[in-house]
Amino acid sequence: MIKGLALLSFAFLTGMWCGELLGSWLGIQANVGGVGFAMLFLLGIKEYGTKKGCWKSELEFGIEFWNKLYIPVVIAMAASLNVKSALSSGTLAILEGIIPVLLAFWVFKLLIKSFKSTSNG
Amino acid sequence: MDELIKVIDKNGLIVAFLLVGLLTWLTDIFSKRVLNSRIPGSAIAIFMALFFGYLGGVLANGEKGLADLKLFQGLSLLGGSMFRDFAIVATALGASYILIKRSGLLGLVSLVLGIAVFFVSGVVLAWILGYRDAVSLCTIGAGACTYIVGPVTGGALGASSEVIALSIGTGVIKTIAVTILTPMFAKKTGLDNPGAAMAFGGIMGTSSGVAAGLAATDPKLVPYGAVTATFYTGLGCLLSPSLFYLLLNAWLG
Repeated sequence: MIKGLALLSFAFLTGMWCGELLGSWLGIQANVGGVGFAMLFLLGIKEYGTKKGCWKSELEFGIEFWNKLYIPVVIAMAASLNVKSALSSGTLAILEGIIPVLLAFWVFKLLIKSFKSTSNG
Repeated sequence: MDELIKVIDKNGLIVAFLLVGLLTWLTDIFSKRVLNSRIPGSAIAIFMALFFGYLGGVLANGEKGLADLKLFQGLSLLGGSMFRDFAIVATALGASYILIKRSGLLGLVSLVLGIAVFFVSGVVLAWILGYRDAVSLCTIGAGACTYIVGPVTGGALGASSEVIALSIGTGVIKTIAVTILTPMFAKKTGLDNPGAAMAFGGIMGTSSGVAAGLAATDPKLVPYGAVTATFYTGLGCLLSPSLFYLLLNAWLG
């Protein structure tokens, strides 16, 4: 179990490192895609391990636990957001927060449709 | 009684496990018995958590919602960015490398499109509501992307603290809006497969909102949405204070 957890931590830390490096290389104070890199590393390790035949279900247990813990973490995150001050920063913040999201849903719908039609015909 | 408070104080994270577990248990029962599982228990739990976060803000007047109350301080540790990102990476185990590779182009297109949609509509709204200087417009437009892009851009351009606070508020509202609206619009917009989830993550961008919204819609889609959304904030921090600011300046003359 702990080996799986260690693998997950390894992928996480290397991914975050890449994100920071990319961020500072681009000259901005932000982590660019650290989580994404980490996910790709983890997937890559799994692919490689499965091919070599050394990927055991015992390893997955340590990772699976965190996978399942994901929704509880999101619930805790929602409860610790600054909801009050966001709502009290006024109508402008509320409009600015909601209208673009509605617009983005519309754009998303169009994008999905256009990709479907190009891949079908 | 003093002893119990001492135990709770010292073990915040464990208390948070108990609280979240209790909330999930109750909302699961509510979802099954009262709503016939039409709305998933986790969606109700996330919504309730937002409500408790508001309540916490009213009671404690702090910045971390319910976690500002000493009794619930562990929530900010459990829900902090370290555990959030770690758990998101763990979800990759359920994703398929081939599917991610196949939808790579769609993900990339959606990222660029998403940042543009949010920035432009944010700027236009700020313009309509009376802001006229490029620095404020740019900061508020960046805030419409995420609550991290806003202050990073505002800081880089030297915006006033009032505008920066506004951009953070905008970003947090966006996260909440995406969380609540995703399960409502998922069916209508065709958000039901890994490729669509990747495009969705790219367009919406806010990793917490996308992750929470997809978790409430279909947990299997979470890794696909997260893998693109994670690039959004970085790309936004890169484009907003540079290219977008220059374009805005040119447009304003």
